[in-house]
Amino acid sequence: MTTNILEMRSITKTFPGVKALQDVSLAVQRGHIHAICGENGAGKSTLMKVLSGVYPAGTYDGEIVFENETVAFKSINESEATGVVIIHQELALSPFLSIAENIFLGNEQQTNGWIDWNKTNLEAAKLLARVGLRDNPITKVRDIGVGKQQLVEIAKALSKEVKLLILDEPTAALNDEDSAHLLDLMKHLKGQGITSIMISHKLNEIKAVADEVTIIRDGKLIETLDMHTDEISEERIIKGMVGRDLGSRYPDHTPHIGEELLRVEDWNVYHPLDHQRKVVKDANISVKAGEIVGIAGLMGAGRTELAMSVFGHSYGHNISGKVYKNGALVDTSTVAAAIDHGLAYATEDRKRYGLNLIEDIKRNISLVSLRKISKRGWVDSNQEIVVAEGYRKSMNIKAPSVEALAGKLSGGNQQKVVLSKWMFSDPDVLILDEPTRGIDVGAKYEIYGIINKLADDGKGVIVISSELPELIGICDRIYTIFEGRITADVPRGQATAEYLMQHMTQEREKDNR
Amino acid sequence: MSAFRSALNYLGSQLRQVGLIIALLAITIFFQIATSGITLKPINVSNLIVQNSYILILAVGMVMVIIAGHIDLSVGSVVAFVGAMAGVMITQWNIPWWAAIVLCLGVGAVVGVWQGFWIAYFGIPAFIVTLAGMLTFRGLTQIALQNQQISPFPDEFRALGSGFLPDLGGGTTLLEPLTMGIGLLATALLVAQGIRSRLARKKYDVEDEPFAWFILKLVFTAGIILFITYLLASYRGTPIVLVVLGLLTVVYAAVMANSVFGRHVYAIGGNLNAAALSGIKTKRVTFMLFVNMGVISALAGLIFTAQLNLANPKAGDGFELDAIAAVFIGGAAVTGGIGTVTGAIIGGLIIGLLNNGMSILGVGTEYQQLIKGLVLLAAVAFDVYNKRRSGGR
Repeated sequence: MTTNILEMRSITKTFPGVKALQDVSLAVQRGHIHAICGENGAGKSTLMKVLSGVYPAGTYDGEIVFENETVAFKSINESEATGVVIIHQELALSPFLSIAENIFLGNEQQTNGWIDWNKTNLEAAKLLARVGLRDNPITKVRDIGVGKQQLVEIAKALSKEVKLLILDEPTAALNDEDSAHLLDLMKHLKGQGITSIMISHKLNEIKAVADEVTIIRDGKLIETLDMHTDEISEERIIKGMVGRDLGSRYPDHTPHIGEELLRVEDWNVYHPLDHQRKVVKDANISVKAGEIVGIAGLMGAGRTELAMSVFGHSYGHNISGKVYKNGALVDTSTVAAAIDHGLAYATEDRKRYGLNLIEDIKRNISLVSLRKISKRGWVDSNQEIVVAEGYRKSMNIKAPSVEALAGKLSGGNQQKVVLSKWMFSDPDVLILDEPTRGIDVGAKYEIYGIINKLADDGKGVIVISSELPELIGICDRIYTIFEGRITADVPRGQATAEYLMQHMTQEREKDNR
Repeated sequence: MSAFRSALNYLGSQLRQVGLIIALLAITIFFQIATSGITLKPINVSNLIVQNSYILILAVGMVMVIIAGHIDLSVGSVVAFVGAMAGVMITQWNIPWWAAIVLCLGVGAVVGVWQGFWIAYFGIPAFIVTLAGMLTFRGLTQIALQNQQISPFPDEFRALGSGFLPDLGGGTTLLEPLTMGIGLLATALLVAQGIRSRLARKKYDVEDEPFAWFILKLVFTAGIILFITYLLASYRGTPIVLVVLGLLTVVYAAVMANSVFGRHVYAIGGNLNAAALSGIKTKRVTFMLFVNMGVISALAGLIFTAQLNLANPKAGDGFELDAIAAVFIGGAAVTGGIGTVTGAIIGGLIIGLLNNGMSILGVGTEYQQLIKGLVLLAAVAFDVYNKRRSGGR
């Protein structure tokens, strides 16, 4: 007999063209909290989706043994019926239903199709007590904070007689207090015999609650560390997460750095929906002409929030701070004003925020700068073609013509269209948010070349990326950001993956406020 | 062979446009046969244009609103309200007819400002705001008219709806010369514009339209214009509303295709977030669209009132539905970002032809509604099917 509640053996999961998981094995002991960590895209979430049946049995290779029995979940319903419940990073609650209704959603307390409201609310209250939530079960979910919503999700899991609870980045959206409460709850549930798997980037949290930690990198199992017996430091975990060779995947570049172009001072941003929560805290960043500056942070650290709030206040609430352009204080509170002051922001989410997919390449490229190719409000469509053709050639956009629809292009070519659009606006500072996300290796190299070219033309480039090797490979200087705070400003020579990861996962010095 | 295949591919990509024209032709031919030749008689063609002008005018405004991803349900009530105001101004306040026209267009603009404010700056969905507008402006119409009809209107005002341009031949010629002149000029301009744009596109090497298809399209369009010119010239000449409608179509088609404003409208409808992050003042554009829609509704209201020689509390009932149907039959997407002014006009003509043909045939209004409903459904189903077949998103 084994003490393992779960064993995943030699799991391999392939997507077209990508091996997301390669021969990964995982053993979780009954009654333990098992942490899984790795960089963004390492394969953590894929592994959990395999386990919970989101990717049904048959779409992956390998074997899953749960409570000493081989299981082959075909759907989430099957895994939940067996006692495996996953709580996703994006909460799946219905905001306009009550806490009790959400807890029993799909599992209604009913007799012959009629809901038994007394039972629903009574049982919900019991479950809420178990997770330490004292709110009335008839409260609507939208009226409680994200932290409490996370607890409602856990109560919902408990209602399903959960044996193995999987939490995907449970504290990513929570403030410090709510995070601490959640971690306490995890320990408390452990006392009740519930096993948990927790995916997390936050090493301090892993150290606080986990019994074992499994590290995954590039879809491969690196190691499983016992947090009790081994002498495990955060550095040790970081080394496992990032240790890979950089190779020459980045074009050579000699920077010619000039005067300061942009400086952002004392930047503070609150969450647009949760007005109590600060997502960017006292941030100070700057970029010089010809400089490529990286912003390294894990998902949810506030990278995009910082960039978008600076670019025309397109994100956030109650934004405060100062923006200096060439030394002069400027107003960037609307996107149009930000563009006029020479800023450009290429989004991390091309399809939702970057492109008009049902429009052609040339009209996407010209959109920001229509004024440049129009007279008295009338667009010169011939000039538009010339401009777009120019970018198609210089950026090597692979498309039959500039009249091909943006939605029909591959990710790399879409990204080149977005970059062309912003280059045509002739900005001084470009903020590129995950410029190589979802792009194949060849196209990545081209994008790096374009970024170098922009810097050589005297522009300041800010690159936000989850991939540390990428930032180390192309940036002259890298800021790290953790929980909305800039934690380090690292010059090229000192930037190692370990050093950066350390500052991305813990604050420089604990605030002694 | 490959030239043939690429021509076929091209036609495939133009299926929607071609289908629309073929549908229009098929319906025309059907009614021409079914009504034993009444449909294409000069007097009927003239009536067809005059009696559908206000729906076509509304469709021009509506297509812009729909491209931006909104809708306007209030246009029928605004037509009635403006008609009522025209009646009150001219017959009760004794304002000269031309001043009343200007003031009424101003009333339309104010209506647009009102609705545009709630939609663009307050953030209420257009469906709700204009549904409310549908009720409030109907109510205001009844208040303004005190539930009475106002009639008659001065002849100069009536000419806006049912008048014709002067007959330069003094009624002695077989074909009215002014109309012939306008028709020939329009044809010449169309052909010149077509050639010019093709040459430009050739020069920049983006032309993918086969030459034979280009010629066919040009000859066909020119033929239609000349044919209608001939029909009109052999009756009473050019209806004034046709001039208004023609100018409106040309101007707005150009605005939507080639102006910065038009591009912004397509960008907003195609991806609102991306448009906002590209520095487009999305609220302002939306606001302007509704102001424009208000003015266009007012114009339609003036023409309708002038035509009936009557301001009526029930006027314009259901116009919004005809205009919206015209836009969707004309190929606009419910989700926004797609659609053209000319498409909306053709869609409007299809509806007009159906109304006209069925009335001549003596089909009851119940069946007219039924058939129009099915045509709308078929047109949109065709769109959806096409999109799925081409592996669209």
